[in-house]
Amino acid sequence: MTPQDQPIERHTISVLVDNEPGVLARVIGLFSGRGYNIESLTVAEVDIERRRSRITLVTSGTRMIVEQIKAQLARLVPIHKVSDLTDQGPAVERELALVKVTTDSNRDNRIESLRIADIFRARVVDSTVNSFTFEVTGSSGKLDAFIGLMRPLGLSDIARTGVAAMARGHKGLLQLD
Amino acid sequence: MSERKLTGAQLLLRALRDQGVDVIFGYPGGAVLPIYDAIFGQNAIRHILVRHEQAAVHAAEGYARSTGRVGVVLVTSGPGSTNAVTGLTDALMDSIPVVCITGQVPTHLIGNDAFQECDTTGITRPCTKHNYLVKDVNAVARTVHEAFYVARSGRPGPVVIDMPKDVQFAEGDYVSPEDVVHRTYKPQTHPHKDAVAAAVEVIAHAKKPIFYTGGGVINAGPGACRLLRELVRLSGYPCTSTLMGLGAFPAGDPHFLGMVGMHGTYESNLAMYNCDVMVNIGARFDDRVTGKLSEFSPNSVKVHVDIDPSSINKNVRVDHAIIGDAGITMAEMLEAWKMRGYQPDREALAAWWAEINAWRARDCLRFHQDMAPDAVIKPQYAIKRLAELTAEHKDVYITTEVGQHQMWAAQFIPFSEPHRWMTSGGLGTMGYGLPAAMGVQIAHPDALVIDVAGESSIMMNIQELSTIAQYRLPVKVFITNNQWMGMVRQWQELLHGERYSESYMESLPDFVKLAESFGATGLRATKVSEVDDTIREMMSIEGPVIVDMHVDRKENCFPMIPGGAAHYDMILGPDDRGEQRTSEEGMVLV
Repeated sequence: MTPQDQPIERHTISVLVDNEPGVLARVIGLFSGRGYNIESLTVAEVDIERRRSRITLVTSGTRMIVEQIKAQLARLVPIHKVSDLTDQGPAVERELALVKVTTDSNRDNRIESLRIADIFRARVVDSTVNSFTFEVTGSSGKLDAFIGLMRPLGLSDIARTGVAAMARGHKGLLQLD
Repeated sequence: MSERKLTGAQLLLRALRDQGVDVIFGYPGGAVLPIYDAIFGQNAIRHILVRHEQAAVHAAEGYARSTGRVGVVLVTSGPGSTNAVTGLTDALMDSIPVVCITGQVPTHLIGNDAFQECDTTGITRPCTKHNYLVKDVNAVARTVHEAFYVARSGRPGPVVIDMPKDVQFAEGDYVSPEDVVHRTYKPQTHPHKDAVAAAVEVIAHAKKPIFYTGGGVINAGPGACRLLRELVRLSGYPCTSTLMGLGAFPAGDPHFLGMVGMHGTYESNLAMYNCDVMVNIGARFDDRVTGKLSEFSPNSVKVHVDIDPSSINKNVRVDHAIIGDAGITMAEMLEAWKMRGYQPDREALAAWWAEINAWRARDCLRFHQDMAPDAVIKPQYAIKRLAELTAEHKDVYITTEVGQHQMWAAQFIPFSEPHRWMTSGGLGTMGYGLPAAMGVQIAHPDALVIDVAGESSIMMNIQELSTIAQYRLPVKVFITNNQWMGMVRQWQELLHGERYSESYMESLPDFVKLAESFGATGLRATKVSEVDDTIREMMSIEGPVIVDMHVDRKENCFPMIPGGAAHYDMILGPDDRGEQRTSEEGMVLV
């Protein structure tokens, strides 16, 4: 099997970086410059004392490409650690979404949307007489399903955070160095 | 360390001095005036004024490649830094350690579209190994030390330090190099013992082995080159090299098969195709080397030694990956080989060499030079004679521009030592050779430094003749003049139906008069009987010389693997055209 014929795999990668100007641009520039995919990317400072941020990104490619992505990331100077959560065994992956449903005066849609929200353990975080805004967390698949069900009920806005992920088990990325 | 306060500009120069810098290639401008003021007030570091910022970077590359040290560049903001981009990209592609200091508009003006402002860190992010914007004067010294560390460690490369003008004026504290430890960047130089042992086991049992070596061996230093020689001698295996690696292994050694790749030798490429064990040391399976990937050395077990993990399995899937410095890894390979008492399979090896020698007998670099006194000069002959006549000079450095002459220089000039050959490999930058030669000559004032050039390439940085004149650099420019962009013309002939679109070089200067106008000597040869005398005269002149060697205008560079073809599909010469071999797919490749 030639490398081009390998199946496409989806990987969630955690990257611990120095929180310095331009570090996100380096990561994103690497992906655009080398033609890799980014399906989702989240970033925030996680270690204020040592000024470190965690970037969680979901990407897809053949095995060879995914290995390349990890090697290229590790090569960037301000990067501490690259961890492939998909390869390292089970990981928890969570995403948060804010979903607005504008029901106007349709009473059935209002009730149905609350019922679905209940099933998905979504919370109402804002409400008007003709709309609800829900907060829902879970796997990306769960969020997709929730949004899909809300669509016919008057879905009018979506904001998603992208995936935050962490390996299961006792080992932590921040402890590793 | 609390001494008297220094300005940002003074801190920069002190840090450079503590990094062992003795020369800077640069060009002043508004945003670096405080640094130039600081340069004016000291004598430890010499400044070489170039005529274009691109040339400053190439000169620093020439300096770096011929010495193994970090080259240093200083340019102003805006156009100064954008002009440097080609040089930086060249250094990145060829893994050359360069630190480039760029001026920047004052901090409070950044982002305001100020005069001569550009987003230098944004523009240079993809064409440097790393870059910095220094906003705090107290970070100047630490940043310089970090930049030198990053530039020379692991796989070397260019690093940019962007310094706003107010930071150059502000006062701050100095930090010594020994007080700076990099937090994150610690490349692995020592290979895993098990990986080395497993690879050596495979190498020792090979029946049709080949060493495929690249610029990584040169970058690993003269010690690494000695170890490569020992490894080849111990095993008796054949050795080929990429364009970047020439000189790491002596070209005169019978184990050397010549260069590999698109214009490499028949024997190297066929040995690569037919080998059963390929040992790649410090090369990166570049597309100029592999040709058609799906037919690249299909039956070999591949060992790859590289200091950059991202080079492993990038283009070609390998069986034994060893991450480490080429020198350290080869030392461990030799140790493992001797400890286990391996003996190469003499019988298999003799059969392999017989096969290789049969390919060698094709004499793929042959060309026909008519020796009648008035005959037209073949470019290969001119370069071959250049190599032969300069061989008596013990201290020769060769740089090149890019194109046919570059490939002929690689084919016909035998290098026996590293750091003697400076050429733009990865980026293929026309205009590289002349400024690179300046940098080499600055580092080696008494050496014979020759830029093997084409008449088209030389025009790209011809302004540097002025720098050469100013510093009385005795650089020799050896132009093989065919009045064409030769490599473009060759591709148009072979692949585009002889439609020579825009590849003819019209309105060229009279190179002899051009040389004279810059205070250099111009020499011209137009027939074969003049070649030797012209080269001897060039060597006898102490100052700079431009040689305008009029060569056969239609000569093509062979052997050649057309784009997208496999190693066995070489065109050996003008009579070996056969059927149209280049597929549509191949033509898309450059």
